[in-house]
Amino acid sequence: MDIISILAESVRSAFGPIAAIYALAAIGLNLHFGYTGLLNFGQVGFMLVGAYGVGISVSVFELPLIVGFGVGLLCALVLALLLGIPTLRLRADYLSITTIAAAEVIRLIYRAGFAEPLTGGVYGLQNLAGDFRVWNPFDAGARYGFGDITYTGAQMWTMTVTWSLVVLMAGLTWLLIHSPWGRVIKGVREDEDAVRSLGKNVFTYKMQALVLGGLIGALAGCMMAMHQASIQPDQFKPQVTFFLWVILLLGGAGRVLGPILGSMLFWFLMNFTDGLLKGLGQDLGLLPFLNGPDYGAIQLAFAGLMLVVLIVFRPQGLIGDRKEMLINVK
Amino acid sequence: MSSDETVVDRMTGAETVPGSKKPDPILVVDDVRRSFGGLTAVDVEHLEVQRGTITALIGPNGAGKSTLFNLLTGFDRVDQGTWSFQGKRISGRKGHQVARAGMVRTFQLTKALTRLTVLDNMLLGATGQTGERIGGAFLRPLWQAQERANTERALVLLERFKLIAKRDEMAGSLSGGQRKLLEMARALMTDPDMIMLDEPMAGVNPALVQSLLGHITSLRDEGKTVLFVEHDMDVIMGISDWIVVLAQGQIIAEGRPSDIRSNQQVIDAYLGSREEE
Repeated sequence: MDIISILAESVRSAFGPIAAIYALAAIGLNLHFGYTGLLNFGQVGFMLVGAYGVGISVSVFELPLIVGFGVGLLCALVLALLLGIPTLRLRADYLSITTIAAAEVIRLIYRAGFAEPLTGGVYGLQNLAGDFRVWNPFDAGARYGFGDITYTGAQMWTMTVTWSLVVLMAGLTWLLIHSPWGRVIKGVREDEDAVRSLGKNVFTYKMQALVLGGLIGALAGCMMAMHQASIQPDQFKPQVTFFLWVILLLGGAGRVLGPILGSMLFWFLMNFTDGLLKGLGQDLGLLPFLNGPDYGAIQLAFAGLMLVVLIVFRPQGLIGDRKEMLINVK
Repeated sequence: MSSDETVVDRMTGAETVPGSKKPDPILVVDDVRRSFGGLTAVDVEHLEVQRGTITALIGPNGAGKSTLFNLLTGFDRVDQGTWSFQGKRISGRKGHQVARAGMVRTFQLTKALTRLTVLDNMLLGATGQTGERIGGAFLRPLWQAQERANTERALVLLERFKLIAKRDEMAGSLSGGQRKLLEMARALMTDPDMIMLDEPMAGVNPALVQSLLGHITSLRDEGKTVLFVEHDMDVIMGISDWIVVLAQGQIIAEGRPSDIRSNQQVIDAYLGSREEE
């Protein structure tokens, strides 16, 4: 077992494309939960419609990539409206029930047999990133980086685009939050009746936040399709949403940089525990009671444990304000 | 409680019968009914609130005071009935629309926006902000001047409500009484014509009650109309120009404090409820 190479691999994934994609999706969730107080447990649904929007456009209808992104975002807009119109007037819990169910329903529809001509059913869609890779300024075959931490040219390109989007969206969030609009949605998070009593149309603000966060989630889905060049429905299971929640709470909800730091730390820890377990078990034979598939399961259990420990000991996350959290608990 | 309280009668010409006509009503309520299942919580035939006065809404627990408040301010839906504010019909309007029409409410359980600063709480009250539209939010130059003007106005109000020292603190760190003050000040940021206070004295220490009362009378003296729900009889008798008594959803009496004090029906309603408790 080589602890240095495990660490290097963990650092590599903390900056890698997956961390960037999850950071992007978590920025959307932060807008929902961190600032507006919307309990969205179906962020993966937005990622799915985004990914399939671009996937179907590119592979089935052979449209240009940029149109595909547009279709993905449009699907997310429609999804947000469908979810929001019936539930945002109701108490907060209804949105969470609806979103978690809707995300699963969407996944099952996209993987169903009747949808196969469009979505490829359980097999999903392939060869999606042609246009994207054409624009790659990096040498796809070469490796970039230093020491043990290197990325392929293709990864470099995905990382460049996705991290740029992350920075852009974080900037956008910052601008919004430091405006009177942001003040209203934070007010909605604290007490929507109070905000309503001051003459603000709370429903509109919640809808705007839901749409905006959903669009950012869909963008993350699009980038996932680009990163993998293929998509399968079963990679959009509810656990993705829960990873996003861990990321958001790990980094600090209601903080602009929370989702970004959270995602980097999350993927670092996930890879580190994975590497460590495999090192201890397979290389050193210290864990004879574990079989191959058990490692993955333990890693998932670790994600759950991380969430629990976090909520108990550091509810404000990495960069949250503990005083603020405590006020809310009172 | 100013000394001219008893001298100036702001209700000249108003009869002391339930549903009486007022010379210059700002709010006129007709035939408003709301029932929860089989229970009729509110059944008000006619009610007028005189402009520029402090009107108290009293009644035993469960009389329907808060329900009536919620109905009038658009926070609950009526089964039937209409009401108009400043001559314009506002029945059926939603809470935020009623607030925009100039009738702003506070809540029985104070709703300070705890994880916003005191100043942000205040700024949230300002109306017609360009920066509150999502399109305008990105363009700071569009709303910067407005924000500055609002901030100035907020600071004046905070000064008046003695919260200026707390301006940058989270509203959640305020005491219960300070939250009541903040809520009242925040409601004033909307520059309302009428302010509806739902139990403004509940849970406030006696020293602060005096200052709250002072604020309420000065609102009236600035020409605003105040309608408030309250339990404490001493408080009500001291500052109200007019008292409306609600029992079992209906108005059983109306009048000046002196009329109400001697009204046998009111005494029965109140004492009856006390015994039940």
